[in-house]
Amino acid sequence: MIKSYKFRRSLSNGIIYVLLAVLGLIWISPLVYLVLHSFRDEGLQSVSYLLPKTYSFKNYIELFTETGSLNFPRWFMNTLIVAIFSCIISTLAVLMVSYSFSRLRFKARKPLINVGMILGMFPGFMTMIAIYYLLKAMGLTQTLVALVICYSAGAGLGYQISKGFFDTIPRALDEAATIDGATRNQIFWKIILPMSKPIVVYTVLTSFLGPWTDFILAKIIMGDSIKNYTVAIGLKKMIEADFIATHYKRFLAGSVIVAVPITILFLRMQKFYVEGVTAGGVKG
Amino acid sequence: MKYIDYVQLNPFQKFGYNFKQFFVKLPGNLKKFFCLIGRFFKRIGMGIGKGVANYFTRFVKGDWATKLSYLIMGFGNAAKGQVIKGLLFLLTEVAYIAYIVLFGWKYLSKFNTLGTVESGFGVNPETGRPMTINGDNSMLILLYGILTIVITVIFFVIYIASTKSAYKAQQTVAAGKKPEKFSSELKNLLDNRFHVTLLAFPTLTISVFTILPMIFMILIAFTNYNYQHMAPGKLFTWVGFGTFSEIFKVTGGAASKSATFIELTKWTIIWAIFATVLNYIFGMIIALMINKKGIKLKSLWRTLFVVTIAVPQFVSLLLMNQMLQSYGAINVLLKELGIIQNPILFLNSTPLVARLTVIIINCWVGIPYTILITSGILMNIPADLYESATIDGAGPVKSFFKITLPYMLFVTTPYLITSFIGNINNFNVIYLLTDGAPYSENFYQAGYTDLLVTWLFKLTMTTQDYNLAAAVGILVFIVCATLSLITFNLTKSAKNEEEFS
Repeated sequence: MIKSYKFRRSLSNGIIYVLLAVLGLIWISPLVYLVLHSFRDEGLQSVSYLLPKTYSFKNYIELFTETGSLNFPRWFMNTLIVAIFSCIISTLAVLMVSYSFSRLRFKARKPLINVGMILGMFPGFMTMIAIYYLLKAMGLTQTLVALVICYSAGAGLGYQISKGFFDTIPRALDEAATIDGATRNQIFWKIILPMSKPIVVYTVLTSFLGPWTDFILAKIIMGDSIKNYTVAIGLKKMIEADFIATHYKRFLAGSVIVAVPITILFLRMQKFYVEGVTAGGVKG
Repeated sequence: MKYIDYVQLNPFQKFGYNFKQFFVKLPGNLKKFFCLIGRFFKRIGMGIGKGVANYFTRFVKGDWATKLSYLIMGFGNAAKGQVIKGLLFLLTEVAYIAYIVLFGWKYLSKFNTLGTVESGFGVNPETGRPMTINGDNSMLILLYGILTIVITVIFFVIYIASTKSAYKAQQTVAAGKKPEKFSSELKNLLDNRFHVTLLAFPTLTISVFTILPMIFMILIAFTNYNYQHMAPGKLFTWVGFGTFSEIFKVTGGAASKSATFIELTKWTIIWAIFATVLNYIFGMIIALMINKKGIKLKSLWRTLFVVTIAVPQFVSLLLMNQMLQSYGAINVLLKELGIIQNPILFLNSTPLVARLTVIIINCWVGIPYTILITSGILMNIPADLYESATIDGAGPVKSFFKITLPYMLFVTTPYLITSFIGNINNFNVIYLLTDGAPYSENFYQAGYTDLLVTWLFKLTMTTQDYNLAAAVGILVFIVCATLSLITFNLTKSAKNEEEFS
């Protein structure tokens, strides 16, 4: 009896291993395909077989050296600059908003939290056209400044996750510091922030990654100003009909260059991501 | 059930009881929710009434300096020795008046018509010679009109604050104390009023770049701003609910806007249901397999799936788009396996094939998210539930549908609704994968896989039907906001229930 139970269990485990292996293969194979073919030497666009026959770094080298019509290094720098600035501004905004909603008590707190929640429900890109005209009136369209503004202006609305984190820090600490004569400003910088390293890191990283992965906003703002593109719209440009014949393999190489660092960062932060999704919106 | 009965139940019964109560209480909770909204508006109304009353009481009780500061802001403060503060108030007033006179009024005065003079060529009445007329720009009138209104509201708040401050200074002096010094008020901004310092900058940027555009878009839906009325050349004006009635018109014809709207709404709902449910169920099954007792290398399996989230979505979707082409890797694979002879056109042959393809690809995109989210919760299901079910003779399928699914549904309803909303607004998958293809003569500027949001994008970007796009946007927003408010309310009530148990 016991033997048959053991047998059944190992049989079911075996089936599960097979299933997981097959599914895992399905999920990972497009990415393997991406990496392998980014090193493919022969052929131009697509090839009629799955595995490349010859490998070389040619695509990567061309991506950074042949910058005539489509300038990938420049896009890369654009994205980096936008990412750094919007990261600084939005991290500050998020931390400021979530700290005041979590630790400070004032009359407009509850209404502001609710307004923030409702504003967050409005699909962002519906307002894009208005923002576009606003930026145009300021003479900023097709510039990197416009992108920085767009990515960081609404950042304060993403306060839920870090507010949730601040809420878990005992209030007794604040009270003790107040008795010792610290102002709220000093408490923020000297007590709360040093204790919130994980959430600060999380906020910095997410706001840094935003410009690398956003597609639609950059597309609307940049229009046809190809030299100011970010990597996302630039890579899409590479597989448009005019360029795909010559740039398909470079598109794959560029995708790998963008995807690898982001993937590594994400895998290290997935714990925060889960907490953010499951906690977001619930706390009020 | 009394509390004493409740605590005597075993965990499974407790869960069943809570689960039943959740649905029994649902109508009541919804009612409570709408009462809450009603009370909210009542409170706002009361607040405004009280504010107005206070405003006049302060005026009656104030001395001459306070009374004068109702006209010249900051006068009361200056008269009581708070010179810098008074000057700052005065400066705000001067700046506001200058703004209105020099800039704001020009646009605000035309706000009700959005401009009457069309640009173009005309005849100079004095000389009789032809000349160009610099007409009104309806778009700028609308935009700057809203800006002026927002600035006016902000100024009004400052104005009320200045009268309050003047009255407070008067009271302090009357009590025989010295009014607060400016430097100490500045210090206060870092302590008792630290929230003002912290929130000032985010509020400013959010007002200008989120709220202002939002009002603009909402108002656009009530105008006839489209390709026939393009600013700056042509004028557009208010049409009330005209755009909405165009969407809901019954006798629309084949390629009309209303027919397109109805078809796309149907597809959007079908898409959202399939995308959400399939991802949820299959994600959970895979998560269960990974977390099953006796399965080794758990983190390896999880990482295998999670890596696909980590890769930026535009990369994986553009790659998928290429792989699904007639020359792409998937057709090559199917040919090498000998399943097909001729390539399948996944993305632009028949509507059914394209729709199935996007749903399946979305599973590839979405299932890892479910695995990531549900893994932790699945581990929390008490193991004795499964054990007792196995002893009673339930197989894995039965215990999934009888234990896992009800439990998970109970815990993750908010997540489910959020991902449903996310799928209604799932712009990236459709735009990067098919861009709405296959296109159709029966639709107004849309293809068979277009969702409402991608249609909205095309309406703004390609055909410049701004009013139509804005109206569609508002409708989508209303649906999403209602759903999320209900979710929010449910989680709140669920939280209260937890307090009970």
